Amino acid sequence: MIRLAIALLGLVALAVVPLFVSEYELGLMIGMATYVALASAWALFSGQTNYISLATVAFYGTGAYTVAVLNESLPYPAVILCAALIGAGMALLVGLSTLRLSGIYFVIFTFGLAELVRQLITWYEVSITGTLGRYIFLDLTARDIYWQMLALAAIAIGLTAWTNRTRLGLALRAIGDDEVVAAHSGIHLARTKLIAFTLSATLITLVGAVASPRWVYVEPLIVFNPTVSFLTVIMALLGGANRLWGPLVGAVPLFLLFEWLSINFPDTYPIFLGMLFIAVVFVLPNGVLAGLDDLRARFGRRGK
Amino acid sequence: MTTLVLGLVLGGTYALLALGLTLQYGIARIMNLAYGEVTLLAAFGLVFLFQTAGLPPLVAIILIAPAGYLTGWLLYTFMMRPLVQRAGGKPGKLEVDSILATFGLLFVLQGIMLVLFGANFTSISYLDQGINVLGVSVALNRLIAFGICLVAGVGLIVLLHWSRWGLILRAVALTPGSAPLVGIDVNKVSRQGFALGTALAAVGGASIAMYQTFSANDGVIFTMKALIIVIMGGVGNVAGALAAGFALGLVETFVATTFDPGLTLAATFAIFLAVLIWRPQGLFGRRS
Repeated sequence: MIRLAIALLGLVALAVVPLFVSEYELGLMIGMATYVALASAWALFSGQTNYISLATVAFYGTGAYTVAVLNESLPYPAVILCAALIGAGMALLVGLSTLRLSGIYFVIFTFGLAELVRQLITWYEVSITGTLGRYIFLDLTARDIYWQMLALAAIAIGLTAWTNRTRLGLALRAIGDDEVVAAHSGIHLARTKLIAFTLSATLITLVGAVASPRWVYVEPLIVFNPTVSFLTVIMALLGGANRLWGPLVGAVPLFLLFEWLSINFPDTYPIFLGMLFIAVVFVLPNGVLAGLDDLRARFGRRGK
Repeated sequence: MTTLVLGLVLGGTYALLALGLTLQYGIARIMNLAYGEVTLLAAFGLVFLFQTAGLPPLVAIILIAPAGYLTGWLLYTFMMRPLVQRAGGKPGKLEVDSILATFGLLFVLQGIMLVLFGANFTSISYLDQGINVLGVSVALNRLIAFGICLVAGVGLIVLLHWSRWGLILRAVALTPGSAPLVGIDVNKVSRQGFALGTALAAVGGASIAMYQTFSANDGVIFTMKALIIVIMGGVGNVAGALAAGFALGLVETFVATTFDPGLTLAATFAIFLAVLIWRPQGLFGRRS
């Protein structure tokens, strides 16, 4: 109960911050909220089950592109709803075809999915509508986007907290531990994975949809940038993908680092990020939070 | 007829790429997502050797293949081996770790290539006069690339099936747990398998550079195609990978000529989906 109160207080504090900061700082806050939402939504499925999804940007980009296509013909809430439906539909399609099989097929499928969606949209735009690139003109201020993104991040974390307490969360953790055992305990593997993956992917699609007005001009190469998938995974891993607050702990510092690197080393930052990623996999395979727990346990034992 | 000949030529390269990947996954149990980047590195290497050192590509390939073996050897020793040790025989753990580690490697290699060679499309013109094959004019460089793939692919099959080393490699691929019982050093063999796979990736990349335009961002597509071929052929199945590689090359050329070149990846994915739904063990794999 106290934890919930602290979390809610934090959320309120974060919600009033934009009233006091500059335009540039607000941009940073939006970026942070975006990645916290992405990493938390990613971890909702992949963190618990160990099914690594490399398709974050496939959904994120789809969300952004949906807004770009529909923003002139439908009111904003309807556009967002469409984005969510399209994201969920895509996730169901991917999930139904791969989640019945072993994890490796899912990874492979998601690995190429972003490139597939990007090429399909490019092909469609070039050969059918005859244009490449669209404009988003929406009457939304940076603050509006920040508040929406903050809400999405809160939903992602809240949803994770809630599933952790339900049978679904238990089933997901069992699948992550040992799939054979999980199946023998009567868990419907495919259905459980499908539900969680669809939830996670829908949230990611919504993040893309909400973030899209910041670009104004959208084209497939911009919104399907593989760095997004990459950053999401490394953030969740750094903090601890199977922890409730892990993705948040990883996302905030890494986003700031990413900003700094991309400003100071515009050409070489992917190399640094890649090395950092490998370092995280080697040194902190379970994330910072688990590492802290280990340290605490070690010092605690020494104290006694 | 044009589609058939061009598709077979393209399929030869794909088959070679898939062979390397199936060795890495089948023997070393490493799911290498940076595979396409290694391929591209070799392709850029060939272009570099050709343009600055003036080496003819056929000579350059002779240099690139051992360089690929060495790269794979180093990668396995310093990057994969610690992960194998940490996994302690649990295949699931190794799978997740290797996927994540090679995903990081992908960005490192891609970043290095973008810095060194830029994001532009690169190609060389080498032996591009047409040769008449069954009434179809095919560029000589394509035929040479096809020849290289055939030699490497058939050589590998002969090596795996009729040599002692091949027998050891196959033993580790089949039952890594029991191989030590007959005196096989699994670590050494895994390293060799991984290195051999990398060498094949390098040869594949070098032969791609001889006839195709490519850019530093294409790695994911090469990895993806190689992965799909491996799955179509059945994991660890060399003959299956060869056949599936040719099949994919044919389908892709057919889609590019009859529909639209922009839809080739979609066609690849469609095949992948079909295989996943009807025969997840691979078209030529056995039901387990």
